Amino acid sequence: MANLISEAAARRLCSRALNRVTAEAAQVQLTARNHSNTRAAANAIISSGDVTDTAMTLTAQIGRRSASVTVNQTDDGTLAEAGQRLDALVTHAPEDPELLPPLEQPVYENVEGFSQTTDELGADERADAAATLVQKAAGAGLIASGFVDRQAVAKVVANSAGLFAYHQSTLASFTATVRTEEGDGSGWAGTTHNDWARMIPPDALADRAIRRTQQSRGAADIEPGDYTVLLEPTAVGNLLVLFRSALDARAADEGRSRFSRPGGGSLIGEQVADERLTLYSDPADEDLLEPPFTETGEPVCRATWIENGVLRSLGYSRFWAERAGVAPVPIAGGLKLVGGTGDVQSLVSSVERGVLITRFWDIQALDPRSMQYTGLTRDGTFLIENGQVTGAVKNLRFSESLFGMLNRIDGIGSSERVVASESGGLGPAVVVPPLVVRDFRFTAVLDAV
Amino acid sequence: MSVTRREFVKQSSVAAASLAIAPHVLLADPAYQQGTSDVALRQLCMFALDAARSAGAEYADARVVRRRLQEVEVRQDRVSALQDVESVGVGIRVLIGGAWGFAASNQLTRPECVQLARFAAEQASANRKTGPREVYLGPIDASPDGEWWSPVEIDPFEVAIGEKVALLMAANAEALRVSGARLASSAIACERIDTTFASTAGSLISQYAYRTYPSMSVTAISPDGSDFQTRSSTEVAPMGLGYEHVLAADLEGHAREWAEQAVEKISASPVEPGEYDLILLPSNLFLTIHETIGRPTELDRALGYEAGFAGTSFLSPPEAVIGAFQYGPEFLNVQADRTQRGALATIGWDDEGVTADSWPIIRDGIFVDYQTTREQASWIAALTDNEYSHGCAHAESWDQVPFQRMPNISLLPGEYDHVLDDLIAATSRGILVEGAGPYSIDQQGHDFQFGGQISYEVRDGAVAGMLRDVAYVGNTPEFWNSLDMLGGPRSYELGGTISDVKGQPAQVSAVSHGSPVARFRGVQVINTGPGA
Repeated sequence: MANLISEAAARRLCSRALNRVTAEAAQVQLTARNHSNTRAAANAIISSGDVTDTAMTLTAQIGRRSASVTVNQTDDGTLAEAGQRLDALVTHAPEDPELLPPLEQPVYENVEGFSQTTDELGADERADAAATLVQKAAGAGLIASGFVDRQAVAKVVANSAGLFAYHQSTLASFTATVRTEEGDGSGWAGTTHNDWARMIPPDALADRAIRRTQQSRGAADIEPGDYTVLLEPTAVGNLLVLFRSALDARAADEGRSRFSRPGGGSLIGEQVADERLTLYSDPADEDLLEPPFTETGEPVCRATWIENGVLRSLGYSRFWAERAGVAPVPIAGGLKLVGGTGDVQSLVSSVERGVLITRFWDIQALDPRSMQYTGLTRDGTFLIENGQVTGAVKNLRFSESLFGMLNRIDGIGSSERVVASESGGLGPAVVVPPLVVRDFRFTAVLDAV
Repeated sequence: MSVTRREFVKQSSVAAASLAIAPHVLLADPAYQQGTSDVALRQLCMFALDAARSAGAEYADARVVRRRLQEVEVRQDRVSALQDVESVGVGIRVLIGGAWGFAASNQLTRPECVQLARFAAEQASANRKTGPREVYLGPIDASPDGEWWSPVEIDPFEVAIGEKVALLMAANAEALRVSGARLASSAIACERIDTTFASTAGSLISQYAYRTYPSMSVTAISPDGSDFQTRSSTEVAPMGLGYEHVLAADLEGHAREWAEQAVEKISASPVEPGEYDLILLPSNLFLTIHETIGRPTELDRALGYEAGFAGTSFLSPPEAVIGAFQYGPEFLNVQADRTQRGALATIGWDDEGVTADSWPIIRDGIFVDYQTTREQASWIAALTDNEYSHGCAHAESWDQVPFQRMPNISLLPGEYDHVLDDLIAATSRGILVEGAGPYSIDQQGHDFQFGGQISYEVRDGAVAGMLRDVAYVGNTPEFWNSLDMLGGPRSYELGGTISDVKGQPAQVSAVSHGSPVARFRGVQVINTGPGA
């Protein structure tokens, strides 16, 4: 259980830190965390960890000059030294015409992202979860890897203009990778939420990964080419997180983005995706539960990026918003893509011939403007024929435009929160549906399982 | 439910209060001067070991790490990042009954060490729930008073920020003088990692490691705005050196050439897919070595310990491949080496106190050994006739548990002292690739796709025009067995990456890979352009 800094103590500490900055304007950003994990591999728990830290970033601003120093000690001596280091940095910092004064106190949404259950998830409970997975896998003659990750965090921002923001949250994830002893099959399942009690229970998660592994044996070759694919929610999440970088209004306005309008400006108001799809961020959404402010204390509210396929908004920094005459829109607050109902199984029955993909791996940008990416499938790739999963196929390399993909949608299921990071650990909230996408391009078949 | 951290803190704080030491007393800055052992931190580590023994540890190690990173970045003529990040803390690892536990904190006090030791022991107890597991730590030659530092000529943290900004401004200005070059970005990153380590095996070690990384990228945009191409300075490697490496990199001196190449890439001929002989410069090949030799020869991957994230290895099981697997031709020799001067993974001792090692991974084309830690060495001792660790334990910082990470792994120069021109002259239809570009590889290190920064057609023994959208694809054994010409010592260069990611929680490490220029026969090349 974390012993996170209280709001009152955070106020006192921030005040002490701000007093150490001699510049006319200053900000302190503090992250106090207790992060613990348990890791299993080869059917045994192989490591665990518990870390307590408080990182504090002091930012000084003199006119248009600004610099930051981060330390993780809060005693007077360290703060004094950080203040001196900051003075030296900011003096040398050149003028930044885009620098704005610190924000005054805004009003934040109330987000209840802290779960007592997650906070109290100790070494025993984490080991129990890992042991459940290992015992079930071993019982089925399979080899399990599992990762239970959990944190409790207090995020704090304060500045010399009187702004103070404080938010406590928890987050947990549990991912399971199960392989055959012969190395000819692999399956995966994952779950994440602020609240451990709202995640898929360990035994059900283990069953899911084991079932997937058993189905994955004897993978057949298929020819590279364009296929209809059914992307499980995790696979959609792996790709959708890459979308975040395309949401910057400045990049669009300056002609550097897929959302740039030829001749100038952005594509706001234009159809950019299938008309059933809506993409938004909202810290207070019950599936997202992200902090209601940014690292500079900007309020994060609901932002609808794409509505029924039409680009409605992009992310505006304070500077770019001022230039454009619009309100700032931080790119934060998680990502939620919605547009359909039904589970993966119901979508399988809608596919005449296609490939079912559990998740992706090693996704790399090929061309930023067209949002062209390459990457590989992993831990469960299957052939669908006449509405049925008929067998496993080898892993495949894809080369695909995310932008193009969202315009070739044949089916959309219900959205769920997924472990979107390839590492299987904690990350910003991503809630996505399974998607059926036609003409998804595979460029090579892989031997790797 | 187990004893929670809050309850534990409550229970132990009274008992520990009498031992309290103000953190700042332990963190007096003069103690961190280069090459100076910090007596207070050594004492804290020894205290932590006692606490671990009291908590039941059969083996324990303690690390105090102070890590400072300074980054200066300039975009166009504007400073876009200026930051100084420092993190210090202590991590204690215990082994009890075949199970590990690890706890870490930013509070450098004796009472905190008592709590961490007990908390790590509690984890070890919980972690036995998956059944008994035998852990045998390989033998070690303890170093009771070790000290090591990077070969730094100019301390990068002693160089004024203003000087760094001026250097980057000048480089960007030079690039932007080239017609068509629209965006220039350059940066200097400096890192210093001070580590104090003690283990119950009898080691007490202080190490001071530096890294410096100058970098630059220039983007050209076509006149109609429909295309853009970027040239990144990937041949300028991050190194385990001081500011003298930044000066030697001479960003300003190269800026014009990089900018011109970015412009030329826009109008370069799209590559025609097909089979070509490939001439790879060290600035490109280092990454291929990293992915296709470095990754598969990590023993934890080969035995499934990274199945959950970083992946497994095609090079498995060990009993079938050690001394038997033909990685490449007879003149292929690959060496792991944590002693190479200026390389990123070079160190005096690893994070288990094992003296830095140098050993062959591939000898005369045959795979002969993996990368190991103390625990792992015993797993293959019967195959390698070696119980000693190769010293590959590493943790990103104080708040991460040490585990097996990649040492510097390098392709040794060939017997004949060929240089790039010799390889070009001997090639009738090929492609030359310089610099590291977009790439992707499967999680077993087998099937891959690598791009570059710039590529040229080689025709009838001479370099013809520039090509664009080039990537070579293949699988690791076929690729390395297609190696047919190797440069000599004069063509050898070190490349490196500061972002090798592995483990759960994911940890980042830095590693160098050296190589001479090399030629590979009949490799499949694809066009990665958007219209391809």
